[in-house]
Amino acid sequence: MNTKTLSRPRIGDILQNLGAMIALIVLFVAFSIISADFRSMNNILSLLKQASTNGLIAFGMTGVILTGGIDLSVGSLLALTTVVGALMIHAGTAPVIAMLCVLLLGVVLGALNGILITKGRLQPFIATLITMTVYRGLTYIFSNGMPISGLGSDPLLSGVGRGTMMSIPVPVWIMVVLFALYFFILNKTTFGRKVYATGSNEKAAQLAGVNTHKTKVILYTISGFLASAAGLILLSRLGSAQPTIGVGYETDAIAAVALGGTSMMGGRGKIYGTLIGVLIIAVLNNGLNIMNVSSYYQDVVKGIVILLAVLSDRKR
Amino acid sequence: MHITMTGINKSFSGNQVLKNAEIDIAEGEIHALMGENGAGKSTLMKILTGVYTRDSGEVLVNGTPVNYTHPKQAEEAGIVFIYQELNSVPDLTVRENLFLGKEIHGKFGILDKAAMDKKARQVLDRLGVSIPVDRTMSELSVGQQQMIEIAKALLVDAKVIIMDEPTAAMTLEETRVLFRVLRELKEKGVSTIYISHRMEEIFEICDRVTVLRDGQFIGTKKVSETDMDSLIKMMIGREIGERYPARHSKIGDTMLEVKDFTKKGVFQNVSFSVRAGEVLGVSGLIGAGRTEIMQSIFGYLPRDGGTLLIRGKEVSVHSPEQAISYGIGFITEDRKTEGLMLEKSIRENVSLTNLGRISDHSVIDKKKDMELARKAVQELTIRCSGPEESCDSLSGGNQQKIIFSKWIFTEPKILILDEPTRGVDVGAKKEIYNIINTLAEKGVAVIMVSSELSEILGMSDRVMVIHEGHMAGILNNRPETAAAGEKMASQENIMTLATGGKLK
Repeated sequence: MNTKTLSRPRIGDILQNLGAMIALIVLFVAFSIISADFRSMNNILSLLKQASTNGLIAFGMTGVILTGGIDLSVGSLLALTTVVGALMIHAGTAPVIAMLCVLLLGVVLGALNGILITKGRLQPFIATLITMTVYRGLTYIFSNGMPISGLGSDPLLSGVGRGTMMSIPVPVWIMVVLFALYFFILNKTTFGRKVYATGSNEKAAQLAGVNTHKTKVILYTISGFLASAAGLILLSRLGSAQPTIGVGYETDAIAAVALGGTSMMGGRGKIYGTLIGVLIIAVLNNGLNIMNVSSYYQDVVKGIVILLAVLSDRKR
Repeated sequence: MHITMTGINKSFSGNQVLKNAEIDIAEGEIHALMGENGAGKSTLMKILTGVYTRDSGEVLVNGTPVNYTHPKQAEEAGIVFIYQELNSVPDLTVRENLFLGKEIHGKFGILDKAAMDKKARQVLDRLGVSIPVDRTMSELSVGQQQMIEIAKALLVDAKVIIMDEPTAAMTLEETRVLFRVLRELKEKGVSTIYISHRMEEIFEICDRVTVLRDGQFIGTKKVSETDMDSLIKMMIGREIGERYPARHSKIGDTMLEVKDFTKKGVFQNVSFSVRAGEVLGVSGLIGAGRTEIMQSIFGYLPRDGGTLLIRGKEVSVHSPEQAISYGIGFITEDRKTEGLMLEKSIRENVSLTNLGRISDHSVIDKKKDMELARKAVQELTIRCSGPEESCDSLSGGNQQKIIFSKWIFTEPKILILDEPTRGVDVGAKKEIYNIINTLAEKGVAVIMVSSELSEILGMSDRVMVIHEGHMAGILNNRPETAAAGEKMASQENIMTLATGGKLK
């Protein structure tokens, strides 16, 4: 009786990312034609390197948005964890320990978001708006509002952001590995199924025996962890920790997720879409920079590209 | 108002859903429109009210051809469709809902509350219901909301009211009020087109019945000149046999025992047990606390007191996760909000309760995942294009079968069913009864909550009746096991207990 095609959802999935994929290719080709600097191998590697921080944050954001939530605190969390790490190194802690502490703090602060949302029954938007404010405030308190530099020349610390492996920058490796890992988790594991179920119909998921609260706390924890990892890359690249670091990072991450076709209502979306979104934003930033477009205009152009990509996805 | 629809054709993207459909509504009659899900009842009504445009065919209102292209036009002509998913705004008050878009205002656009109240009062009085007009819509029961919808129809002076399964979530009392109102409207010349799956209601309230099957007109009969069996035959095109198939299960040991379950203000001191191979029917009025008791057994709703024993051993169940680990399954009342992820595939829905079975160290085995979904489609004869089809495009009966397979594959020892056939058509209903029987025959202890008395009496071994959160009694429904002088389950006995009476 029902003649809807078998492959309907799959075609939907592909189409979901088609607009973004086309946008990425068009932008890449266009910039390559216009600018020889853009298409140089060096620049492409540095573009990917720049993409890595937003990449990590956006991966974490994807998991959160898949449950219909949002994590506005990522930028502040990144700042707080890196400033604490920088202070520890400054005070003489071994950089390895300090770096582990950064990640651990990211886990704790991320989990706190999750607990506020589940146990505290706060809306994700409100909960992370609160922690975004508080984490940023703490960052200023701890740093006294001053940048923290003089972090020495530890090979591990500088390697994370500036090193290369097989002539590819370490941050790019980190992004690729973490992408593969999170892709696997979301698509191939029972936990991934629970994530989609929680976002698709939370009540039905609970009644099917899914501990949706636990699922959410884990996702916010992963988001916190990835944001602090992104912070480590930045700390290493810049050689100092600014208290203003990471301001507005949540918008780039959310934009990448949206570009990738993930529904803000949850339940639908793919992390590889987010990767495409991250690359679009990186290509735009890098290309417009190379073409000496003023940063004021860059934001407007970015907004228009996102709008076009999202609109083209809607015709399904 | 006299409506004649003839030769109506309608296709959606190449799929013809109405072929030469017709219906004739006389002035002042209650006319049942019946047919299985997907037979085209709603489509036909949406064409009448201008929601859809027909491909061909004729609609005559009082002999004049009409062609409404917007529900507003039909409404102005006096034809109002009250949808099953009521169209009221839950956060607004009754008054605001009644006059939504048709507010009465005085000078400068200031709302004339007094005038609206007066008119609202008139209409509600005419319906014989006392609902305060400044009550928020969401505070009303479904039955009361239905009344507000009818009041809305009367406010626009409706001549024909179309109702789609109005009693699905109504209490018995509310149903009675509704029927009284419909009869009174009929006397004033207002016609009702009544869409329902509930046979008993058709015979109680309707004058004539039109049956559609696969989008085609099958026939119109006077209700007084037909019977249930011939209507079912018209609807499904063949004999259905017994509505409630016989079961040959051996009743074994006690599987589940509930002792003194209490949640303040919801249910108190509920104790009962159910044995392997047994179907325990749970009856009671809507709002009596039946669903809540079940949710509490399943660990979804926290309780204030009481113990749960499985096979005689006390267990602590505080989450659905734990309940499942003890072999309890729960098929919830509301498919759309509690049972399914509607936009997800059959496969993803079936596997959600069976993640352990299709994975190894938490990594999903794609083949097992697919196999399980295929098994569900095959064994429960889910009519679909394949396991990847998303659930929202399936009929209610098929959706319900997906939920059944979701739980059957967990191999439950105890299965709780909450309104298992609500909104399911006659053919699929019988398939579901067969599934329930097979489970019981395999030794599963089944608890079945249902508001349909005939279903309770047709399927249960014993019947527990709940009245205002208390267990009013448990009645035997198997004459062969009855002790001398034992009170048996019957329509009268169940209703007596359900309404707080004592059995004589």
